[in-house]
Amino acid sequence: MSNIGTKAQSPPAPAARRRPLLGGDGTGAVLKRAAVTGGLVAVAIAVALIKSGSGLVVWQSVVTGLLMGGLYGLIAMGLTLIFGVLDIVNFAHGALLAIAMFIAFGVVQGTGVHPYLTLLVAVPALFLLGAAVHRGLLSGTGGASLENQLLITLGLSLLLENGLLMFFGAEPKTVALPGDFQFSLFGAVVSGARLYAFLGAILIGAVLFWLLRRTRFGTAIRAVAANGQGAELVGVNVRRVHTLTFAIGTACAGAAAVLAAPLVTVTPTLGEQFNITAFVVVVLGGMGNVAGALVGGLLIGLVEQLTTIYMDGQSSLLGVFAVFVIVLFLRPQGLFGRRS
Amino acid sequence: MTDTGMTDTGITLTRRPDGDAARPAKAPPLRPHHRQLAVLGVLLLVAIPLPLVLPPAQGAVAVRILIFALMAVGWNVMSGFGGMFSFGHAAFFGLGAYTSAYLLVEHGVSPWIGMLAGMAVAAAVAVVIGYFAFRYKLQGAYFALATFAFAEMLRLIVTTSDFTNKAVGFTVPLIQGSSFWKIQFAADSPAYFWIALGLAGIAAAVSIVFLHSRTGRYVTAIRDDELAAASLGTPVLRYKLVTVALSAAITSVAGAFYTQYYLFVNPDLAFGSSVSIQAIATVVIGGIGTIWGPIVGAVILGALSDVTATLLRTPPDFLNFLQGRSGLDVAVYAVLLILIVRLLPKGIVGTIAARWRR
Repeated sequence: MSNIGTKAQSPPAPAARRRPLLGGDGTGAVLKRAAVTGGLVAVAIAVALIKSGSGLVVWQSVVTGLLMGGLYGLIAMGLTLIFGVLDIVNFAHGALLAIAMFIAFGVVQGTGVHPYLTLLVAVPALFLLGAAVHRGLLSGTGGASLENQLLITLGLSLLLENGLLMFFGAEPKTVALPGDFQFSLFGAVVSGARLYAFLGAILIGAVLFWLLRRTRFGTAIRAVAANGQGAELVGVNVRRVHTLTFAIGTACAGAAAVLAAPLVTVTPTLGEQFNITAFVVVVLGGMGNVAGALVGGLLIGLVEQLTTIYMDGQSSLLGVFAVFVIVLFLRPQGLFGRRS
Repeated sequence: MTDTGMTDTGITLTRRPDGDAARPAKAPPLRPHHRQLAVLGVLLLVAIPLPLVLPPAQGAVAVRILIFALMAVGWNVMSGFGGMFSFGHAAFFGLGAYTSAYLLVEHGVSPWIGMLAGMAVAAAVAVVIGYFAFRYKLQGAYFALATFAFAEMLRLIVTTSDFTNKAVGFTVPLIQGSSFWKIQFAADSPAYFWIALGLAGIAAAVSIVFLHSRTGRYVTAIRDDELAAASLGTPVLRYKLVTVALSAAITSVAGAFYTQYYLFVNPDLAFGSSVSIQAIATVVIGGIGTIWGPIVGAVILGALSDVTATLLRTPPDFLNFLQGRSGLDVAVYAVLLILIVRLLPKGIVGTIAARWRR
């Protein structure tokens, strides 16, 4: 419930072309919206305090929510990058995430290495898989229209999920983190795995940000996102940029999967849950806005935790969906995006 | 599906005042309509003796095909004819299933009444969802995501409410003997098939009549160019809402019948995203926006799920590792879905029709 008021007061967005991939419209408007969002979060936390009556419970929720939110942000970054550059709503993102988790699980089982070392396998594997998926299924005329892309990625996610189900069965699996520890942060219990996942997500987010902003290739990506035809005219190989962007997006999912693997039970269908949350984050942060995805992730992590305080016995996803629907209706361009 | 609203807009698209009688030389719109209904009638007649011919196991497959067909016809009305790509038809399927199950289990109401009530509930919910989605001009991916979100919200609410027995769902109470009024027969009775056939036949007939009705033509016009339709004075919102409501009502019938046939419903079976995906895949494989696409798609997918189920039960040697595993059926139709979208984007029926015309 963190952003209901934001849209009511946002100024009519300029009718410019959508998303420059990073950042939004004028700094002043962004700051104002950030302030309103922050205020709403503060109110939501205050209400949660009154509802639960225990500061510690709320503090624990906030800490857990933010730590989990970093991870959501990382998953959503890949999704939003793909959307921003290729205009593809990738329903297979969650299934690709699940694939990466099974790779991590398999490597840990097979060789006994530290789970985080599987990043070295999972990320390149997902990068190649993403490139193959884009080249094989999504590029070219067959994948042209929005519905077709949606259906292809949907079919792909069904295929991957059920393929995993066929080969690994439905039994849940766990990836244990050796030497996991817990510590107290002003009373809230934080497990090492969560903290590492959060820090890893922030780090990878920063790398992605640097890639997009400071490198030649990143400039090419942004050029293609802003105007594909124009980019092609000045000599950018648009098709290659598309493939590489899709691959980088799925590699983000691979990294997120490895970081998240010790925190969840690994099942073939777990990607679905993450996929839904990632979509919410992407819409909240503005489709195609990488920095927005991180902020959106943190907000959704908070929403999820606070929902369980507000509504006893309800699934934490209900609050997430409520926020989703409100954002879709009132501010479909996202908190920080421009109207297309 | 009346056109009561047309008079107050002041502007009409076609020679409206002279009505049907004086419709000049432009006969063609009527003819395909009647031809399609005749084909449907023949198909139904051919299908009637099927359960007496088929072995019982195949009879169950036939009923499942008809349930798929009902769902798919419903989805096609909204997403094919109306061009509003719904990703959340599980919401309407589930509302139909749960309304009739709730009325039957808690109040002993006949499933026929429950079915009607379910249609009303589903249509009402669809109008609310549709109103907000159109009011805020959600399009393309955003519309799909919004419908998906609503279906998931309903699933979560149903899963956590005492009112709907939480995750357990409803089990239809068994009665002695069989009863048409309660839609309960012996497990392998052909009556289930005939009722499903009747419902699917009515749904298909409604979709044919709808497509050729004034509303249906306005809706396809809106699908093809909303701005042009609106600028000619078409009350866009109203026609879209009528379409959405009709689509939801048809899909809810599938849900209500599903509950009666399997005697059991729970949140995942009714509202799970796999239900929405099932409806989408059926129509996409058959042909979006065609009349026969949903039916062809249902037959293909239903037969396919039977083949894969048999394959998993008694796999040939080289597939031995699949014994007892699940997931093959969905994996196969996922491959089919991808192939169809890549190679025949109009679906099977759409592609054949395009060839025919050439």
